[in-house]
Amino acid sequence: MSRYRHKPFPYTTPPELSGGKPFEAPVVIVGAGPIGLSAAIDLAQHGVASVVLDENNVVTVGSRAICWAKRTLEIFDRLGVGERMREKGVTWQAGRLFHRDREVYHFDLMTEPGHRNPAFINLQQYYVEAYLIDRCADFAGLIDLRWNNRVTGVEQSRDSVRVRVETPDGGYDIEADYLLACDGARSTVRSSVGLDFAGEIFWDRFLIADVEMEADFPSERWFWFEPTFHSGQSALLHKQPDNIYRIDLQLGWDADPGEEKKPENVVPRIQAMFGDRDFKLEWVSLYTFQCRRLERFVHDHVIFLGDSAHLVSPFGARGGNGGIQDVDNLCWKLAAVIDGRAPAALLDSYDEERCHAADENILNSTRATRFMTPDDDAERLFRDAVLALAEDMPFARQLINSGRPSKPCSLAGMALQSDDDEGFDTPVVPGTACPDAVVAEGSRPGWLLDHLGGAFKLLSFGDDPARHDGLGTVCINDLPVDGCTTLRDVDGLVAERYGADPGAAYLIRPDQHVAARFRNPTPQAIGKALARASGKAMEQRS
Amino acid sequence: MTGQANDAQSVLGACRLGDNADDLYETLLGAHAGLDASASAALNARLVLILMNAVGDEATVRAAIRAARADRVPPAPDDDR
Ligand SMILES: Cc1cc2nc3c(=O)[nH]c(=O)nc-3n(C[C@H](O)[C@H](O)[C@H](O)COP(=O)(O)OP(=O)(O)OC[C@H]3O[C@@H](n4cnc5c(N)ncnc54)[C@H](O)[C@@H]3O)c2cc1C
Repeated sequence: MSRYRHKPFPYTTPPELSGGKPFEAPVVIVGAGPIGLSAAIDLAQHGVASVVLDENNVVTVGSRAICWAKRTLEIFDRLGVGERMREKGVTWQAGRLFHRDREVYHFDLMTEPGHRNPAFINLQQYYVEAYLIDRCADFAGLIDLRWNNRVTGVEQSRDSVRVRVETPDGGYDIEADYLLACDGARSTVRSSVGLDFAGEIFWDRFLIADVEMEADFPSERWFWFEPTFHSGQSALLHKQPDNIYRIDLQLGWDADPGEEKKPENVVPRIQAMFGDRDFKLEWVSLYTFQCRRLERFVHDHVIFLGDSAHLVSPFGARGGNGGIQDVDNLCWKLAAVIDGRAPAALLDSYDEERCHAADENILNSTRATRFMTPDDDAERLFRDAVLALAEDMPFARQLINSGRPSKPCSLAGMALQSDDDEGFDTPVVPGTACPDAVVAEGSRPGWLLDHLGGAFKLLSFGDDPARHDGLGTVCINDLPVDGCTTLRDVDGLVAERYGADPGAAYLIRPDQHVAARFRNPTPQAIGKALARASGKAMEQRS
Repeated sequence: MTGQANDAQSVLGACRLGDNADDLYETLLGAHAGLDASASAALNARLVLILMNAVGDEATVRAAIRAARADRVPPAPDDDR
C-alpha cells in the first residue's frame, strides 16, 4: 500500500520582496493547517482571494487528528475534497468498550440509511492537509500559498490589519481587510493581539503512538478502562489507512515525558498490548490536554478559527472537527461582508454561533476527560461504580464516558435563525444542519446535500414550489419544475426527514443549516427570514 | 419554583416506606456489614447510581441531590437548578 511521503513544498520569494506583481487579496490567512487551508478553499469558492502564510514547508509530521466526523465530511464534500478523503480513509461507526479484559459495551453510531457520509472516517491529518493543499491548486488566481513565511506581529488600524512576515529572504509587511488566525494552539496572532486564553488543564499525560503492523482488527474504536495490559487507567486503539494503528495510553501525571517517548520504553508497552506481533513505530508523542477558549473569536479585523480560538482534549474528536465547522460558519459571512452584500455586524453571528459550539465541545470533552482522569475521591468512587455496574446494567453503560463523538451543534434560537413554524413535527428546526438523503436528478442518483449550500437556497416541496427573487430553488417533486433544480425523493427520505408536505419550504443557509421553515410560505415571510439570516437585521457594531 | 419541582419536593419528604421502614433500614445497614470504609463507600456509590436510575425523573433526582447536599437544611424555595 502506498504510504505518505513527506516532501517539502517549495518556497518562493514573495512579490513584496522580489518586486514581482503583488497578489491582491482582501484576506490574509495565518496557518496552513487543516483549518487555514479549508478557509482558503471556502473563500475561493465564494470568489474571495486570500494569501495563506505558513511558517513551515511540510504537512504535519505526526498524524495528530485522525477521526473526521460526518459533518466535517459533508463540509469537505462542499469544498470538493470529500470523495478523496473517503476513498483513502478507514470508515468506522462502531466501537467497543472494555473494562479490564471484559467487553462491557459496544455501540453503533450510525443506524439510519440514506446518508452519503459515515459516522466517521479515520485519516491521518497529514493526508487531510495534503489533499486540501492539492485542492488549493485548483484556485490559482484566488489562493496564494506561501511556505516558510512566518508571521511575527499583527497590527490593526481602523479599517485594516497589517501583518509582519519573516521569510528566508527577509521580512515584509502585508496589509488586508481581514486576517484569519488559523495558527493553532500556540497562536502568534493571539499573543500579538494580547488575548487571554482561559481554561482548564488536565493533570494527566497520554502517550500517543502510531504503529505500522499487519493485523486484521476490525475498523472500530476500542477503548479500555483499567486494561490488564497497561498499568495506566485507559487505552485506546484506532485503525488508520496504510496498516497504521493509533494507540493512546494514559500514563498519569508523574510520567516523565522525555523518558516515556524513548522507543525502548514505548515498545514494551505496545508489546504488552499485542503480544509478539511484528510492528514498527511510526510516530510517538506525549500529550497533556487542555480545554480553553478565547472569550470572543472576532476582534474587529482579526478573526480566530480552529485551535487558535479553542482547544479541547481529543476524546470525542472535537478539535479539528470543531475547527472545520468554524470555517463552514465563517466563510460565507466574510465573503458577503467583503462583497458589500452584508453589514460587518453579520460577523458577530460567527462569534455567537461558534462560541456556543466551542462551549458545547469543551463541556463534552471536559466530562470525558474527567471520567478518565477522576479528580478526587468522590469522582473516582462514582467512576468505578459506573464501570462495576456497566456489564449487567444498561443504564450504567450510558454513563461510561470515553468521549462523546463530535456532532454538529444546534444553532437554534440564535440571531440569524427565525422562529420555528409550528406546523412541522420533525426535529429539523431552524439552526439544524440539514440532514442528507438519497435523491435523483432526472435519472442521475445523488445526494441532497450536494444541491444545498454555497449560497442561500429555498428547498421547496411539490409541483407548485415556493420561490423567491434572487434565490435558487431546489424543488422536491417527481416531475421536473421549470426554473428549479428538481430532485426526486426516490426513497421518500427527504419527505420523512424534513416532514414537509407539498407547498412547504425551507430556507437554507450557505453552510447547509436551516435558517427558517414555512408550512405555507409567503414572499413576505421568506423575505423577512432571508434578511434576518443575511445579517441585514443585525445592528451595526459600534 | 416550578410545579414539577414542587412535586419532587413533596415526594422526597413524604413517608413512602410504610410499615417496612425499619426492615428496609436494617437491610441497608446489613449490606454494609463486614465492609471497611472504602468498600462501604463503593457500595453506596453503586446504590446511589442504581436508585438514581430507578427514580429516573430529573426534577426529583436534582431535588434529592440538593436536599442531601444541604446537610438537612431544607432547600430554599427558589433554589431550583
Ligand atoms: C494527539 C492528537 C489527536 C487528535 N485527534 C483528533 C481527532 O481525531 N479529530 C479531530 O478532529 N481533532 C483531533 N485533534 C486536534 C487537531 O489536531 C487540531 O484541532 C487541528 O490540528 C487544528 O487545526 P488548526 O489548523 O487550527 O491548527 P494546526 O493544525 O496546529 O495548524 C496551525 C498551522 O499554523 C502554522 N503556524 C503556526 N504559527 C505560525 C506563524 N507564526 N506564522 C505562520 N504560520 C504559523 C503551523 O505551521 C501550522 O501549519 C488531535 C490532536 C492531537 C494532538
